Amino acid sequence: MTKKIEAIVREEKLADVKDALRQAGIVGMNVTEVRGHGRQGGIILAGRSGSTQVDLLPKVQFNIVLSDHNVEKTVEVIRQAAFTGQSGDGLIFVLPVDDVIRISTGERGHDAITYEGDIDTLPQSNGRTRVVT
Amino acid sequence: MNIDSGDTAWVLMATTLVLMMTPALAFFYGGMVRRKNILSTLNMSLITISLISIQWVLIGYTLAFGSSLGGVIGRLDFLGFTDVGADPNPDYAGTIPHLAFAGFQMMFAIITPALITGAFVERVRFGAFLIFTLVWATVVYDPVAHWVWGVGGFLRDFKALDFAGGTVVHITAGFSALAFASVIKARKGYGKAPLEPYHIPYTVLGAGLLWMGWFGFNGGSSLGANGLAVNAVVTTNTAAASAGAVWMLLSWRDNKPSVLGIVTGMVVGLVAITPAAGFVTPLAALVIGATAAPISYYAIRLRQRSRLDESLDVWACHGMGGLWGALATGLFATTSVNPAGADGLFYGNAEQFFIQAAAAGIVVVFSFGMTYIITQVLKVTIGLRVSTNEEEVGLDVSQHGEQVYA
Repeated sequence: MTKKIEAIVREEKLADVKDALRQAGIVGMNVTEVRGHGRQGGIILAGRSGSTQVDLLPKVQFNIVLSDHNVEKTVEVIRQAAFTGQSGDGLIFVLPVDDVIRISTGERGHDAITYEGDIDTLPQSNGRTRVVT
Repeated sequence: MNIDSGDTAWVLMATTLVLMMTPALAFFYGGMVRRKNILSTLNMSLITISLISIQWVLIGYTLAFGSSLGGVIGRLDFLGFTDVGADPNPDYAGTIPHLAFAGFQMMFAIITPALITGAFVERVRFGAFLIFTLVWATVVYDPVAHWVWGVGGFLRDFKALDFAGGTVVHITAGFSALAFASVIKARKGYGKAPLEPYHIPYTVLGAGLLWMGWFGFNGGSSLGANGLAVNAVVTTNTAAASAGAVWMLLSWRDNKPSVLGIVTGMVVGLVAITPAAGFVTPLAALVIGATAAPISYYAIRLRQRSRLDESLDVWACHGMGGLWGALATGLFATTSVNPAGADGLFYGNAEQFFIQAAAAGIVVVFSFGMTYIITQVLKVTIGLRVSTNEEEVGLDVSQHGEQVYA
Protein backbone atom coordinates (compact mmCIF):
# COMPACT_ATOMS: atom_id res chain seq x y z
CA MET A 1 0.00 0.00 0.00
CA THR A 2 1.06 3.55 -0.63
CA LYS A 3 0.24 6.27 1.89
CA LYS A 4 0.32 10.03 1.86
CA ILE A 5 1.53 11.98 4.85
CA GLU A 6 0.26 15.54 5.21
CA ALA A 7 2.10 17.22 8.06
CA ILE A 8 1.07 20.74 9.02
CA VAL A 9 3.84 22.27 11.12
CA ARG A 10 5.03 25.63 12.39
CA GLU A 11 6.38 27.88 9.64
CA GLU A 12 9.64 28.36 11.55
CA LYS A 13 10.18 24.57 11.68
CA LEU A 14 10.31 24.25 7.88
CA ALA A 15 14.09 23.86 7.68
CA ASP A 16 14.35 21.51 10.69
CA VAL A 17 11.65 19.17 9.40
CA LYS A 18 13.00 19.19 5.85
CA ASP A 19 16.52 18.34 7.04
CA ALA A 20 15.27 15.58 9.35
CA LEU A 21 13.23 14.03 6.55
CA ARG A 22 16.21 14.11 4.22
CA GLN A 23 18.36 12.50 6.84
CA ALA A 24 15.76 9.76 7.26
CA GLY A 25 15.88 8.99 3.55
CA ILE A 26 12.84 10.83 2.23
CA VAL A 27 13.89 12.10 -1.18
CA GLY A 28 10.64 13.27 -2.76
CA MET A 29 8.48 15.78 -0.97
CA ASN A 30 6.70 19.02 -1.58
CA VAL A 31 5.70 21.83 0.72
CA THR A 32 2.73 24.17 0.59
CA GLU A 33 2.22 27.34 2.58
CA VAL A 34 -1.09 27.26 4.40
CA ARG A 35 -2.81 29.44 6.96
CA GLY A 36 -5.00 28.22 9.74
CA HIS A 37 -5.51 27.54 13.37
CA GLY A 38 -6.50 24.67 15.63
CA ARG A 39 -6.68 24.67 19.40
CA GLN A 40 -4.20 27.52 19.48
CA GLY A 41 -6.90 29.80 18.01
CA GLY A 42 -4.55 32.50 16.78
CA ILE A 43 -2.16 34.84 18.51
CA ILE A 44 -1.97 38.44 19.72
CA LEU A 45 0.39 40.66 17.75
CA ALA A 46 1.35 44.32 18.18
CA GLY A 47 -0.89 46.76 16.30
CA ARG A 48 -1.08 50.43 15.50
CA SER A 49 -2.33 51.17 18.99
CA GLY A 50 -1.84 48.33 21.48
CA SER A 51 -2.48 44.78 20.37
CA THR A 52 -4.35 43.08 17.60
CA GLN A 53 -5.69 39.52 17.32
CA VAL A 54 -4.55 37.44 14.38
CA ASP A 55 -6.61 34.28 13.94
CA LEU A 56 -5.14 32.59 10.87
CA LEU A 57 -1.46 31.85 11.33
CA PRO A 58 1.01 30.94 8.62
CA LYS A 59 1.94 27.23 8.65
CA VAL A 60 3.69 24.90 6.22
CA GLN A 61 2.34 21.59 5.05
CA PHE A 62 4.71 18.78 3.98
CA ASN A 63 3.29 16.34 1.44
CA ILE A 64 5.02 12.97 1.23
CA VAL A 65 3.95 9.78 -0.50
CA LEU A 66 5.64 6.56 0.67
CA SER A 67 5.17 2.88 1.45
CA ASP A 68 2.98 1.74 4.30
CA HIS A 69 5.77 0.25 6.36
CA ASN A 70 7.73 3.51 6.45
CA VAL A 71 4.86 5.62 7.74
CA GLU A 72 5.44 5.16 11.47
CA LYS A 73 9.15 5.90 11.24
CA THR A 74 8.55 9.03 9.15
CA VAL A 75 5.78 10.31 11.39
CA GLU A 76 8.15 10.03 14.34
CA VAL A 77 10.87 11.93 12.47
CA ILE A 78 8.44 14.76 11.72
CA ARG A 79 7.12 14.84 15.29
CA GLN A 80 10.58 15.15 16.75
CA ALA A 81 11.69 17.84 14.33
CA ALA A 82 8.52 19.93 14.63
CA PHE A 83 8.00 19.55 18.37
CA THR A 84 8.03 22.47 20.80
CA GLY A 85 5.39 21.19 23.23
CA GLN A 86 3.30 24.35 22.86
CA SER A 87 -0.11 24.46 21.24
CA GLY A 88 0.26 25.33 17.58
CA ASP A 89 2.81 22.60 16.81
CA GLY A 90 0.48 21.24 14.14
CA LEU A 91 -1.04 17.95 12.99
CA ILE A 92 0.01 14.96 10.87
CA PHE A 93 -2.55 13.27 8.63
CA VAL A 94 -2.00 9.84 7.04
CA LEU A 95 -4.15 9.06 4.00
CA PRO A 96 -4.39 6.10 1.61
CA VAL A 97 -3.30 6.71 -1.98
CA ASP A 98 -5.11 4.86 -4.77
CA ASP A 99 -2.54 5.39 -7.48
CA VAL A 100 0.39 7.54 -8.55
CA ILE A 101 1.37 8.31 -12.13
CA ARG A 102 4.72 9.80 -13.07
CA ILE A 103 4.11 12.10 -16.01
CA SER A 104 7.58 11.81 -17.61
CA THR A 105 7.75 8.00 -17.76
CA GLY A 106 4.19 6.80 -17.33
CA GLU A 107 5.25 4.65 -14.35
CA ARG A 108 2.39 3.90 -11.99
CA GLY A 109 1.90 3.10 -8.37
CA HIS A 110 4.88 2.54 -6.14
CA ASP A 111 7.41 2.64 -9.00
CA ALA A 112 6.42 6.20 -9.76
CA ILE A 113 7.62 7.42 -6.37
CA THR A 114 10.75 5.32 -5.93
CA TYR A 115 13.97 7.32 -6.00
CA GLU A 116 17.61 6.35 -5.83
CA GLY A 117 18.58 6.11 -2.14
CA ASP A 118 14.97 6.56 -1.03
CA ILE A 119 13.78 5.02 2.22
CA ASP A 120 11.39 2.86 0.17
CA THR A 121 14.20 1.26 -1.83
CA LEU A 122 15.91 -0.15 1.23
CA PRO A 123 15.37 -3.88 1.81
CA GLN A 124 12.38 -4.66 4.03
CA SER A 125 11.42 -8.02 5.47
CA ASN A 126 7.72 -7.39 4.86
CA GLY A 127 8.30 -6.54 1.25
CA ARG A 128 6.52 -3.83 -0.60
CA THR A 129 3.08 -4.04 -1.98
CA ARG A 130 2.83 -2.74 -5.48
CA VAL A 131 -0.37 -1.04 -6.37
CA VAL A 132 -1.83 -2.64 -9.45
CA THR A 133 -4.54 -0.82 -11.31
CA MET B 1 7.27 94.37 -5.74
CA ASN B 2 9.95 92.40 -7.51
CA ILE B 3 10.00 88.71 -8.05
CA ASP B 4 12.73 87.06 -5.95
CA SER B 5 14.28 84.14 -7.78
CA GLY B 6 15.33 82.38 -4.55
CA ASP B 7 11.83 82.63 -3.09
CA THR B 8 10.26 81.45 -6.33
CA ALA B 9 12.66 78.53 -6.63
CA TRP B 10 11.92 77.40 -3.07
CA VAL B 11 8.15 77.63 -3.51
CA LEU B 12 8.36 75.63 -6.76
CA MET B 13 10.48 73.02 -4.97
CA ALA B 14 8.03 72.96 -2.06
CA THR B 15 5.12 72.57 -4.51
CA THR B 16 6.86 69.49 -5.91
CA LEU B 17 7.39 68.08 -2.43
CA VAL B 18 3.75 68.58 -1.44
CA LEU B 19 2.56 66.99 -4.69
CA MET B 20 4.62 63.91 -3.78
CA MET B 21 2.78 63.63 -0.48
CA THR B 22 -0.43 62.47 -2.16
CA PRO B 23 1.12 59.39 -3.83
CA ALA B 24 3.00 58.88 -0.53
CA LEU B 25 -0.35 58.94 1.28
CA ALA B 26 -1.65 56.43 -1.27
CA PHE B 27 1.04 53.96 -0.16
CA PHE B 28 0.66 54.87 3.51
CA TYR B 29 -3.01 53.88 3.29
CA GLY B 30 -2.57 51.15 0.65
CA GLY B 31 -0.42 49.05 2.96
CA MET B 32 -3.09 49.00 5.67
CA VAL B 33 -5.96 47.48 3.71
CA ARG B 34 -6.52 43.91 2.61
CA ARG B 35 -4.98 42.62 -0.61
CA LYS B 36 -8.24 42.81 -2.54
CA ASN B 37 -8.54 46.57 -1.97
CA ILE B 38 -4.98 47.86 -2.44
CA LEU B 39 -5.43 49.23 -5.97
CA SER B 40 -8.71 50.86 -5.01
CA THR B 41 -7.08 52.53 -2.01
CA LEU B 42 -4.03 53.71 -3.97
CA ASN B 43 -6.26 55.02 -6.72
CA MET B 44 -8.50 57.09 -4.46
CA SER B 45 -5.51 59.26 -3.54
CA LEU B 46 -4.14 59.43 -7.08
CA ILE B 47 -7.40 60.31 -8.84
CA THR B 48 -7.88 63.08 -6.28
CA ILE B 49 -4.82 64.77 -7.84
CA SER B 50 -6.73 64.85 -11.13
CA LEU B 51 -10.07 65.90 -9.71
CA ILE B 52 -8.88 68.71 -7.47
CA SER B 53 -6.29 70.06 -9.91
CA ILE B 54 -9.17 70.67 -12.31
CA GLN B 55 -11.53 71.97 -9.63
CA TRP B 56 -8.87 74.31 -8.22
CA VAL B 57 -8.06 75.95 -11.56
CA LEU B 58 -11.71 76.36 -12.47
CA ILE B 59 -13.29 77.49 -9.18
CA GLY B 60 -11.52 76.29 -6.05
CA TYR B 61 -8.77 78.88 -5.97
CA THR B 62 -11.08 81.85 -6.36
CA LEU B 63 -13.48 80.54 -3.68
CA ALA B 64 -10.55 80.25 -1.28
CA PHE B 65 -8.42 83.25 -2.21
CA GLY B 66 -10.67 85.61 -4.22
CA SER B 67 -11.59 88.95 -2.64
CA SER B 68 -13.67 88.23 0.42
CA LEU B 69 -17.45 88.19 0.39
CA GLY B 70 -18.30 88.95 4.02
CA GLY B 71 -15.36 86.96 5.36
CA VAL B 72 -17.08 83.73 4.36
CA ILE B 73 -16.09 82.94 0.78
CA GLY B 74 -13.93 84.31 -2.02
CA ARG B 75 -15.54 86.18 -4.90
CA LEU B 76 -15.08 84.93 -8.46
CA ASP B 77 -12.29 87.32 -9.49
CA PHE B 78 -9.86 84.42 -10.13
CA LEU B 79 -12.38 82.11 -11.84
CA GLY B 80 -10.41 79.83 -14.18
CA PHE B 81 -7.18 81.44 -12.88
CA THR B 82 -8.12 84.76 -14.53
CA ASP B 83 -5.44 87.36 -13.74
CA VAL B 84 -3.37 84.75 -11.93
CA GLY B 85 -0.02 84.94 -13.69
CA ALA B 86 3.62 85.86 -13.45
CA ASP B 87 3.06 89.04 -11.45
CA PRO B 88 2.96 88.74 -7.68
CA ASN B 89 -0.18 89.10 -5.58
CA PRO B 90 1.03 91.24 -2.66
CA ASP B 91 -1.94 90.16 -0.54
CA TYR B 92 -0.36 86.72 -0.17
CA ALA B 93 3.21 86.66 -1.45
CA GLY B 94 4.89 89.73 -2.84
CA THR B 95 8.08 88.14 -4.08
CA ILE B 96 6.84 85.18 -6.13
CA PRO B 97 4.49 84.99 -9.11
CA HIS B 98 0.83 84.83 -8.15
CA LEU B 99 0.62 81.59 -10.11
CA ALA B 100 3.35 80.07 -7.89
CA PHE B 101 1.22 80.79 -4.82
CA ALA B 102 -1.91 79.41 -6.50
CA GLY B 103 -0.04 76.28 -7.61
CA PHE B 104 1.45 75.70 -4.16
CA GLN B 105 -1.99 76.05 -2.57
CA MET B 106 -3.41 73.62 -5.14
CA MET B 107 -1.30 70.82 -3.64
CA PHE B 108 -2.86 71.43 -0.21
CA ALA B 109 -6.35 71.36 -1.71
CA ILE B 110 -5.46 67.99 -3.30
CA ILE B 111 -4.10 66.15 -0.30
CA THR B 112 -6.87 67.18 2.08
CA PRO B 113 -9.75 65.19 0.52
CA ALA B 114 -7.26 62.37 -0.15
CA LEU B 115 -6.69 62.16 3.61
CA ILE B 116 -10.40 61.47 4.17
CA THR B 117 -10.31 58.35 1.98
CA GLY B 118 -8.84 56.37 4.90
CA ALA B 119 -12.25 56.52 6.58
CA PHE B 120 -14.20 54.63 3.94
CA VAL B 121 -11.75 52.31 2.16
CA GLU B 122 -12.78 48.75 1.21
CA ARG B 123 -16.50 49.53 0.78
CA VAL B 124 -17.15 52.85 -0.97
CA ARG B 125 -18.72 53.06 -4.44
CA PHE B 126 -16.17 54.64 -6.73
CA GLY B 127 -18.69 56.96 -8.40
CA ALA B 128 -20.03 58.20 -5.08
CA PHE B 129 -16.47 58.85 -3.92
CA LEU B 130 -15.73 60.98 -7.00
CA ILE B 131 -18.83 63.12 -6.47
CA PHE B 132 -18.15 63.43 -2.75
CA THR B 133 -14.60 64.62 -3.33
CA LEU B 134 -15.60 67.37 -5.76
CA VAL B 135 -18.52 68.56 -3.62
CA TRP B 136 -16.52 68.41 -0.38
CA ALA B 137 -13.62 70.42 -1.85
CA THR B 138 -16.05 73.09 -3.02
CA VAL B 139 -18.27 73.44 0.04
CA VAL B 140 -15.91 72.48 2.88
CA TYR B 141 -12.24 72.93 1.98
CA ASP B 142 -12.49 76.10 -0.11
CA PRO B 143 -14.60 78.05 2.42
CA VAL B 144 -12.47 76.98 5.40
CA ALA B 145 -9.27 77.88 3.52
CA HIS B 146 -10.84 81.29 2.90
CA TRP B 147 -11.86 81.78 6.53
CA VAL B 148 -8.39 80.97 7.85
CA TRP B 149 -5.99 82.10 5.10
CA GLY B 150 -7.92 84.42 2.77
CA VAL B 151 -7.46 88.18 3.20
CA GLY B 152 -10.71 89.28 4.88
CA GLY B 153 -11.51 85.70 6.02
CA PHE B 154 -13.31 85.90 9.35
CA LEU B 155 -11.01 83.52 11.26
CA ARG B 156 -7.95 85.30 9.87
CA ASP B 157 -9.42 88.61 11.08
CA PHE B 158 -10.13 86.91 14.40
CA LYS B 159 -6.31 86.42 14.58
CA ALA B 160 -6.44 82.62 14.53
CA LEU B 161 -3.03 81.20 13.59
CA ASP B 162 -2.60 78.26 11.23
CA PHE B 163 0.83 78.21 9.65
CA ALA B 164 0.46 75.36 7.17
CA GLY B 165 -2.96 73.81 7.62
CA GLY B 166 -3.49 72.19 11.01
CA THR B 167 -7.02 73.54 10.92
CA VAL B 168 -7.58 73.95 7.18
CA VAL B 169 -6.19 70.54 6.22
CA HIS B 170 -6.08 68.19 9.21
CA ILE B 171 -9.08 69.21 11.30
CA THR B 172 -11.32 69.40 8.23
CA ALA B 173 -10.14 66.00 6.95
CA GLY B 174 -10.16 64.29 10.35
CA PHE B 175 -13.62 65.33 11.46
CA SER B 176 -15.06 64.80 7.99
CA ALA B 177 -13.66 61.27 8.16
CA LEU B 178 -15.57 60.73 11.38
CA ALA B 179 -18.83 61.89 9.78
CA PHE B 180 -18.30 59.83 6.61
CA ALA B 181 -17.55 56.65 8.59
CA SER B 182 -20.65 57.07 10.73
CA VAL B 183 -22.84 57.36 7.63
CA ILE B 184 -21.32 54.63 5.44
CA LYS B 185 -21.15 52.15 8.36
CA ALA B 186 -18.68 49.38 9.06
CA ARG B 187 -17.04 47.00 6.64
CA LYS B 188 -18.47 43.51 6.45
CA GLY B 189 -16.91 41.38 9.18
CA TYR B 190 -15.66 44.39 11.14
CA GLY B 191 -15.32 43.48 14.82
CA LYS B 192 -15.84 39.76 14.11
CA ALA B 193 -12.61 38.82 12.36
CA PRO B 194 -9.41 40.85 12.30
CA LEU B 195 -9.09 42.92 9.10
CA GLU B 196 -5.33 42.72 8.92
CA PRO B 197 -3.10 45.15 7.00
CA TYR B 198 -1.76 43.27 4.01
CA HIS B 199 1.54 45.00 3.36
CA ILE B 200 2.99 47.15 6.14
CA PRO B 201 6.17 47.90 4.10
CA TYR B 202 4.02 50.08 1.79
CA THR B 203 2.89 52.03 4.86
CA VAL B 204 6.49 52.48 6.00
CA LEU B 205 7.46 53.69 2.52
CA GLY B 206 4.53 56.10 2.47
CA ALA B 207 5.32 57.49 5.92
CA GLY B 208 8.94 58.13 4.96
CA LEU B 209 7.94 59.99 1.81
CA LEU B 210 5.29 61.94 3.73
CA TRP B 211 7.93 63.08 6.20
CA MET B 212 10.15 64.28 3.35
CA GLY B 213 7.24 65.96 1.57
CA TRP B 214 6.22 67.70 4.78
CA PHE B 215 9.38 69.84 4.58
CA GLY B 216 7.74 71.41 1.54
CA PHE B 217 4.31 71.50 3.16
CA ASN B 218 5.47 73.43 6.23
CA GLY B 219 8.73 74.92 4.97
CA GLY B 220 7.07 76.19 1.80
CA SER B 221 4.32 77.88 3.77
CA SER B 222 6.75 80.69 4.58
CA LEU B 223 6.41 81.47 0.85
CA GLY B 224 10.04 82.49 0.75
CA ALA B 225 13.57 81.11 1.05
CA ASN B 226 14.29 82.63 4.43
CA GLY B 227 14.84 81.99 8.13
CA LEU B 228 11.17 81.28 8.70
CA ALA B 229 11.28 78.45 6.15
CA VAL B 230 14.28 77.01 7.91
CA ASN B 231 12.51 77.24 11.26
CA ALA B 232 9.50 75.45 9.82
CA VAL B 233 11.62 72.63 8.36
CA VAL B 234 13.51 72.08 11.60
CA THR B 235 10.43 72.21 13.87
CA THR B 236 8.71 69.79 11.48
CA ASN B 237 11.54 67.29 11.68
CA THR B 238 11.80 67.61 15.46
CA ALA B 239 8.10 67.03 16.10
CA ALA B 240 7.98 63.98 13.82
CA ALA B 241 11.02 62.52 15.55
CA SER B 242 9.71 62.96 19.08
CA ALA B 243 6.20 61.71 18.24
CA GLY B 244 7.63 58.59 16.57
CA ALA B 245 9.85 57.84 19.57
CA VAL B 246 7.06 58.33 22.10
CA TRP B 247 4.68 56.18 20.08
CA MET B 248 7.30 53.44 20.05
CA LEU B 249 7.42 53.53 23.86
CA LEU B 250 3.62 53.47 24.18
CA SER B 251 3.40 50.53 21.82
CA TRP B 252 6.24 48.74 23.62
CA ARG B 253 4.51 49.13 26.97
CA ASP B 254 1.35 47.52 25.61
CA ASN B 255 2.95 44.79 23.51
CA LYS B 256 5.99 45.18 21.26
CA PRO B 257 7.32 48.29 19.49
CA SER B 258 5.09 47.94 16.41
CA VAL B 259 6.53 49.28 13.15
CA LEU B 260 3.06 50.24 11.96
CA GLY B 261 2.70 52.12 15.26
CA ILE B 262 6.04 53.89 15.01
CA VAL B 263 5.42 55.23 11.51
CA THR B 264 1.90 56.26 12.51
CA GLY B 265 3.43 58.23 15.39
CA MET B 266 5.81 59.96 12.99
CA VAL B 267 2.91 61.11 10.82
CA VAL B 268 0.98 62.27 13.89
CA GLY B 269 3.96 64.41 14.89
CA LEU B 270 4.01 65.95 11.41
CA VAL B 271 0.29 66.69 11.65
CA ALA B 272 0.56 68.31 15.07
CA ILE B 273 3.42 70.65 14.13
CA THR B 274 1.73 71.79 10.91
CA PRO B 275 -0.20 74.79 12.35
CA ALA B 276 2.72 75.71 14.63
CA ALA B 277 5.78 75.16 12.42
CA GLY B 278 6.35 78.85 11.67
CA PHE B 279 5.42 80.19 15.09
CA VAL B 280 7.29 77.99 17.60
CA THR B 281 10.87 77.06 18.48
CA PRO B 282 12.41 73.63 17.81
CA LEU B 283 12.31 72.92 21.54
CA ALA B 284 8.57 73.62 21.64
CA ALA B 285 8.19 71.37 18.59
CA LEU B 286 9.82 68.56 20.54
CA VAL B 287 7.16 68.91 23.23
CA ILE B 288 4.30 69.29 20.74
CA GLY B 289 5.31 66.09 18.94
CA ALA B 290 5.88 64.13 22.16
CA THR B 291 2.44 65.07 23.51
CA ALA B 292 0.68 64.49 20.18
CA ALA B 293 1.65 60.81 20.27
CA PRO B 294 -0.37 59.77 23.37
CA ILE B 295 -3.33 61.91 22.25
CA SER B 296 -3.66 60.09 18.93
CA TYR B 297 -2.58 56.72 20.37
CA TYR B 298 -5.42 56.74 22.89
CA ALA B 299 -7.81 58.36 20.39
CA ILE B 300 -7.36 55.23 18.26
CA ARG B 301 -8.16 53.09 21.31
CA LEU B 302 -11.26 55.16 22.03
CA ARG B 303 -12.38 54.86 18.40
CA GLN B 304 -11.87 51.08 18.52
CA ARG B 305 -13.96 50.80 21.69
CA SER B 306 -16.74 52.84 20.10
CA ARG B 307 -17.04 50.13 17.38
CA LEU B 308 -17.07 52.88 14.72
CA ASP B 309 -15.24 51.59 11.65
CA GLU B 310 -13.31 54.74 10.81
CA SER B 311 -11.04 52.34 9.06
CA LEU B 312 -7.56 53.90 8.96
CA ASP B 313 -8.02 56.31 11.90
CA VAL B 314 -8.02 59.57 9.98
CA TRP B 315 -9.88 61.22 12.88
CA ALA B 316 -7.50 59.98 15.57
CA CYS B 317 -4.36 60.87 13.61
CA HIS B 318 -5.32 63.95 11.61
CA GLY B 319 -8.38 65.27 13.42
CA MET B 320 -7.00 64.96 16.93
CA GLY B 321 -3.38 65.62 15.87
CA GLY B 322 -4.52 68.76 14.04
CA LEU B 323 -6.71 69.86 16.94
CA TRP B 324 -3.84 69.44 19.36
CA GLY B 325 -1.53 71.34 17.00
CA ALA B 326 -4.01 74.23 16.76
CA LEU B 327 -4.27 74.43 20.55
CA ALA B 328 -0.52 73.99 21.04
CA THR B 329 0.06 76.93 18.70
CA GLY B 330 -1.94 78.99 21.17
CA LEU B 331 0.38 77.79 23.94
CA PHE B 332 3.85 77.84 22.36
CA ALA B 333 3.70 80.57 19.67
CA THR B 334 6.23 83.33 20.09
CA THR B 335 6.85 86.50 18.14
CA SER B 336 10.57 85.93 18.57
CA VAL B 337 10.23 83.20 15.95
CA ASN B 338 7.74 85.04 13.75
CA PRO B 339 6.93 88.73 14.33
CA ALA B 340 3.92 88.37 12.03
CA GLY B 341 2.46 85.73 14.41
CA ALA B 342 1.50 86.19 18.02
CA ASP B 343 2.59 85.17 21.49
CA GLY B 344 0.84 82.17 23.01
CA LEU B 345 -0.24 81.43 26.57
CA PHE B 346 3.27 80.44 27.68
CA TYR B 347 4.51 83.83 26.47
CA GLY B 348 1.90 85.74 28.48
CA ASN B 349 -0.93 85.91 25.94
CA ALA B 350 -3.71 83.61 27.18
CA GLU B 351 -6.15 85.12 24.71
CA GLN B 352 -4.36 83.43 21.78
CA PHE B 353 -5.14 80.02 23.24
CA PHE B 354 -8.84 80.77 23.37
CA ILE B 355 -8.78 82.21 19.86
CA GLN B 356 -7.17 78.96 18.66
CA ALA B 357 -9.73 76.85 20.52
CA ALA B 358 -12.69 78.82 19.19
CA ALA B 359 -11.44 78.75 15.60
CA ALA B 360 -10.74 75.02 15.79
CA GLY B 361 -14.16 74.41 17.35
CA ILE B 362 -15.95 76.24 14.55
CA VAL B 363 -14.09 74.24 11.90
CA VAL B 364 -14.72 70.94 13.72
CA VAL B 365 -18.47 71.54 13.78
CA PHE B 366 -18.62 72.85 10.22
CA SER B 367 -16.55 70.00 8.75
CA PHE B 368 -18.42 67.27 10.59
CA GLY B 369 -21.85 68.78 9.86
CA MET B 370 -21.30 69.48 6.18
CA THR B 371 -19.76 66.06 5.53
CA TYR B 372 -22.63 64.40 7.37
CA ILE B 373 -25.13 66.19 5.13
CA ILE B 374 -23.23 65.48 1.88
CA THR B 375 -22.83 61.79 2.68
CA GLN B 376 -26.44 61.37 3.81
CA VAL B 377 -27.65 62.91 0.54
CA LEU B 378 -25.36 60.64 -1.50
CA LYS B 379 -26.49 57.65 0.53
CA VAL B 380 -30.21 58.12 -0.21
CA THR B 381 -29.70 59.19 -3.84
CA ILE B 382 -27.00 57.22 -5.66
CA GLY B 383 -25.81 55.10 -2.70
CA LEU B 384 -22.45 55.25 -0.91
CA ARG B 385 -21.65 51.56 -0.63
CA VAL B 386 -20.93 48.76 -3.02
CA SER B 387 -23.11 45.63 -2.79
CA THR B 388 -22.19 42.97 -0.23
CA ASN B 389 -20.91 40.70 -2.98
CA GLU B 390 -18.76 43.46 -4.50
CA GLU B 391 -17.34 44.17 -1.06
CA GLU B 392 -16.53 40.48 -0.51
CA VAL B 393 -14.81 40.21 -3.88
CA GLY B 394 -12.92 43.42 -3.15
CA LEU B 395 -13.01 46.83 -4.75
CA ASP B 396 -10.00 46.15 -7.01
CA VAL B 397 -11.96 43.65 -9.08
CA SER B 398 -15.48 44.96 -8.47
CA GLN B 399 -14.79 48.67 -9.05
CA HIS B 400 -11.73 48.65 -11.30
CA GLY B 401 -11.65 45.21 -12.96
CA GLU B 402 -8.04 44.62 -11.90
CA GLN B 403 -6.12 42.64 -9.34
CA VAL B 404 -2.88 43.30 -7.47
CA TYR B 405 -1.21 39.99 -8.31
CA ALA B 406 -2.08 38.02 -11.41
